[in-house]
Amino acid sequence: MHPEPGDYVEVRTKKGVFKGILMPRNRFSDENVVILKLDNGYNIGIVPEEIKIIKKGHFEKKSHKRDIPRRDYVPTISFIGTGGTIASYVDYRTGAVNPALTAEDLVFSVPEIVEECNVRASILFNILSEDMRPEYWIKIARKVKKELSHAAGVVIPHGTDTMSYTAAALSFMLPELSGPVVLVGAQRSSDRPSSDAYMNLLSAVKVAKTDLGEVAVVMHATTSDDYCHIHRGTRVRKMHTSRRDAFKSINTQPLGKVNKEVVFFQDYRKTGDETVLMDRMDEKVSLIYYYPGMDESTLESLLMDMHGAIIMGTGLGHVGTHLLPIIEKAVKDGTVVGVVTQCLYGRVNLNVYSTGRKLKAVGVIPLEDMLPEVAYIKLMWLLGNYDIDTAKSLLSKNLRGEISDRRMITW
Amino acid sequence: MVNDSVKIGLEIHQQLATKKLFCSCDSDLRDEVLYRFERVLRPTQSELGEIDRAALEESAKKRKFIYEVTPNSCLVEADEEPPHELNRDALEIALKVALMLNAKIVDEIHVMRKIVIDGSNTSGFQRTALIAVDGYIETSFGRVRIPTICLEEEAARKIEERDNAVVYRLDRLGIPLIEISTAPDMKSGEEVREVAQTIGYILRATKRVRRGVGTIRQDINVSTGQGRVEIKGASRLNMVPKWVDNEIERQRTLAEIAELLKSRGAEVDRTIYDVTDMFSTTQSNIIKGILKKGGKVMAVKLKGFSGVLKSEKYRLGKELAERVRVIGIKGLFHSDELPAYGITDDEVSKVKEMLNLSAQDAFVLIAEKPDKAKEGLERVIERAENAIQGVPGETRAPKDDGTTVYLRPLPGGARMYPETDIPPIRIYESYVEKLKESLPPLPAVRVEELKNMGINEEIGWQLIKEGVDDIFEDIVKKYGYPTIVARALLNGCEYVDYHKIFQNLHAGKFAKEAVDEIVERVCNGEDIDSVISEYTSSVDVDAVIDRIIQEKKDLIYERGEYAFKPLMGLVMKQLRGKVDGGLVSRKLKEKLNMYIEKNK
Ligand SMILES: [Zn+2]
Repeated sequence: MHPEPGDYVEVRTKKGVFKGILMPRNRFSDENVVILKLDNGYNIGIVPEEIKIIKKGHFEKKSHKRDIPRRDYVPTISFIGTGGTIASYVDYRTGAVNPALTAEDLVFSVPEIVEECNVRASILFNILSEDMRPEYWIKIARKVKKELSHAAGVVIPHGTDTMSYTAAALSFMLPELSGPVVLVGAQRSSDRPSSDAYMNLLSAVKVAKTDLGEVAVVMHATTSDDYCHIHRGTRVRKMHTSRRDAFKSINTQPLGKVNKEVVFFQDYRKTGDETVLMDRMDEKVSLIYYYPGMDESTLESLLMDMHGAIIMGTGLGHVGTHLLPIIEKAVKDGTVVGVVTQCLYGRVNLNVYSTGRKLKAVGVIPLEDMLPEVAYIKLMWLLGNYDIDTAKSLLSKNLRGEISDRRMITW
Repeated sequence: MVNDSVKIGLEIHQQLATKKLFCSCDSDLRDEVLYRFERVLRPTQSELGEIDRAALEESAKKRKFIYEVTPNSCLVEADEEPPHELNRDALEIALKVALMLNAKIVDEIHVMRKIVIDGSNTSGFQRTALIAVDGYIETSFGRVRIPTICLEEEAARKIEERDNAVVYRLDRLGIPLIEISTAPDMKSGEEVREVAQTIGYILRATKRVRRGVGTIRQDINVSTGQGRVEIKGASRLNMVPKWVDNEIERQRTLAEIAELLKSRGAEVDRTIYDVTDMFSTTQSNIIKGILKKGGKVMAVKLKGFSGVLKSEKYRLGKELAERVRVIGIKGLFHSDELPAYGITDDEVSKVKEMLNLSAQDAFVLIAEKPDKAKEGLERVIERAENAIQGVPGETRAPKDDGTTVYLRPLPGGARMYPETDIPPIRIYESYVEKLKESLPPLPAVRVEELKNMGINEEIGWQLIKEGVDDIFEDIVKKYGYPTIVARALLNGCEYVDYHKIFQNLHAGKFAKEAVDEIVERVCNGEDIDSVISEYTSSVDVDAVIDRIIQEKKDLIYERGEYAFKPLMGLVMKQLRGKVDGGLVSRKLKEKLNMYIEKNK
């Protein structure tokens, strides 16, 4: 019989005989090494001469059926799973982190949810955050519309890498909402005792019970487990690779905060009677990061066949003057070109310097203080749902709070 | 008494003097606090349905943890950045220690997460890796096996415990720690001390371990055939034999008590009685005070326990009192010690009557607020029931008088799962062979080195055993005085700044003869600077010498430089015991030569 992971085995090696549970291969492990979980709980890697099975075993996922009480006095909140490990549990034997796939799993992971709402949970797909694509945004938007006919609000657990992109996409695709749409993630997965998932998820549920008729992201506001910020889906960005408080509202204040209660800091769109879906996207849009040294042919190839392009310019919104003819040609050929800033903070202004004025003259649209990723998604959505002239004129108009007139010194 | 049933094991934790294990922060403790943040920890789900019970109990306390950020802590300690790869410098030191302990190094090292949610780790787990197995050391009592050697990260330093929060400082979190666990192969306190000394020597021989209070921690497990008792933090070597031998004795007595109780058919009545009424006119100040504050006197009945709680031989009452002292109850009384503490014979009789006690029965009273008294008596009941069985397993804290005191129950088995953020490390044979060639000298070699510094072999061994050979070498190389340094180190105590003493001696502040007294006084808690200044001669050496040279002009004229000897005698007559003779001799020679030179 061939020894398999999960078997209790005796391994003879040059260094002596070891007993323990044979573990699955680790992809970082040396090829000649087998991993053994010893009786004291430690894993070690050893080079085997012979492996004898003492007792067959197996790793199998136990599933538990749990009754979740339904109560009339709390609203129903729908959870749409998209992947990621915000709600997950660990198999101590294998170390594998399994996502919570069902409503039961979810409630079990964060039992306090039951106090807040009746849980309606489904898994739409299970992908890595970095594998997100526009077609998935469309799927989520459609699912949200469907769920909002059954639930008071929707919570979407999402990987943090691309969460702000999804938030922006949903913001445009769902111009009117009958309930809040709240995206939430975790910077420390929930298989760890220190996970931020619990507070984030519970806070998201609280926001999903309000009259917020917008798409929001709810995440830790500080490094402490004290409160969460509510970010408008079109103003939020992941600003740190690993901190709990990685998500920040840029060029605006957060919409509000959550600890025990939800508190809004500013006006927001209220929920309406129905949810409107505009789910077409034109994927022929590129997002271009200008850098000193970018040559004509590079820019040309990035613009080739594109219906639209967002250029992340330097400072107030500039690119090297040598690229002006390329951009001019693209605009003439019918490509919608908008410019945002690499600074992220602050508004673009093409009136101050000559290069800016020239860009404006060739038909580049300055996009105020809009975030680059948001502008990119907005343009895809506009080109998907409107004719080109309307798209052009709406690109620099504030539709979902993605642009503001004023930026305060205290933000 | 046969020693066969005695099993003693040792667990040693030693901090390494390197950067931290999973980031590039320094391993120093700091008082500077830059920032504070708060967290909560939750037990994680294992396979669905299974939550670690100890973890759950800890989390039920709903405590928050406040962390103090120091200059030597970064985002890694704050659990805001994934751990970096395992510190190779620390690993190499640990591997060398493992080899010196004759252990076999695993072929691939896997870092694990050990769940700890008391807040001492921001992540909620301690990262730990088993690096070697099957080691041993030889002692004068025989071979002691060392089944496991681990490399792990140190926990955060607890600063303060409040009702709903615990404050930790991040300076200590992440310092590399070698954990060496022996098999329960030892039989006596002396043997434990020898093993601890030997392992201590091996650790220090790497010259890369941290020194000072708290940098090495030692837990001793003692079993005499029944429960296992862990003596936590038994780090002072000289005390180890006492702690161990007292614990063996304690367990033997408990076993004897169990036999006696069984033969009597002893039994614990689980009812908790309110006997407050019996004390309505009490003259006991303790009880009066508690009753005034709305407290009650509650009692339990221990059938067949009379004479076991306190007598010539037995002290079970003390064990009961220890169990309630950890929850803050001091007012526990039992029938073997009463009447006393203002509780009268009459009151004792009334309680006995009410509880319907026969001559062999005993009772325990707790005077406290009702809920607390009940909680306390439940602990008493549990401990008394254990007493009929024998020795309960528990964690005990060592005390200065050589005894130990109840601390808490034994920790449950730790839950461990792989640390997926850190890739495993393959350890190749060729690397191990290279390490073997660069191991530090074993004690026998070290003794030769010490002998060459000017002491005899016996003293050399003593220095090694006491773990002061390195500091001996440091001081002697700087200032000399090998025999005096050795004597000071061997008679002195840990917290004396020996460098300072010998630096001052070398500078001529006081005489050699004063060293022993200075060391003794500083050990007794006196301030080193004021003691040194007390011994520091108030006389001006130069002035004394100059004066005597002037007085003995004739002698110098007659004898020239041969006047040195008699002059030295005269000078020392005035300075003996106040100034080091060597220094006086140097100075006198100098001044004499100068004088002769001038007056040629
Ligand atoms: Zn650090």
